[in-house]
Amino acid sequence: MRLAQHMAVASSRVRAECIEATEFPEMAQRYRVMAVPKIVINDRVEFEGALPESQFLAAVLQAAGGEAAKG
Amino acid sequence: MPFLSAADEQAVRLEFAKLKGPVKLTVFASELGGETNQQTVALAREVAALSDQISVQVLNPLIEREQAQAYGVEATPAIAVEGAADYGIRFLGIPAGYEFANLIDSIIVASTGEPALSVATKDALDGLGEDVTIKVFTTPT
Repeated sequence: MRLAQHMAVASSRVRAECIEATEFPEMAQRYRVMAVPKIVINDRVEFEGALPESQFLAAVLQAAGGEAAKG
Repeated sequence: MPFLSAADEQAVRLEFAKLKGPVKLTVFASELGGETNQQTVALAREVAALSDQISVQVLNPLIEREQAQAYGVEATPAIAVEGAADYGIRFLGIPAGYEFANLIDSIIVASTGEPALSVATKDALDGLGEDVTIKVFTTPT
């Protein structure tokens, strides 16, 4: 969540939501959360686990660019 | 029973020395929701008590529907962390356990308005052509 919330402060276009999966099982199921942290960006790009800043940014840019989701 | 031990409070107070401007925690909670609703309100108030820069507003989205909509909150409990602006930082579910550190970090970055990101990252984010919502799913442990 740390990178996401810092990106939210950096850009008015970015929103960061931290979702406690066990409290919202339906949402976790909808987004196929099998392991945490799981990150889903614009419902297009998703990944599990922590990524370095540059790779996290690449995922954000990919999602914003509208490319197909990658695992 | 408080969430934070005396040691936790001391550690958070040290972190809050970095605060530069006011932060508002808007907690959305409902008595019809699960027990974490009231726990989240209590946690937010304990955190806010550690700095006079932090205020807490509690809203019931079933009653204050327009505000819930404005904040984009559809489920409870939820916390919106706002500094000089609403940067779009939300916590859905109680940010206890591991996420507590991120709640504290979000308060600090919302207060300072100075994200700890590289220049390259900030430049790239400046060029975003569409809105981006990053969902981070976590568990308490």
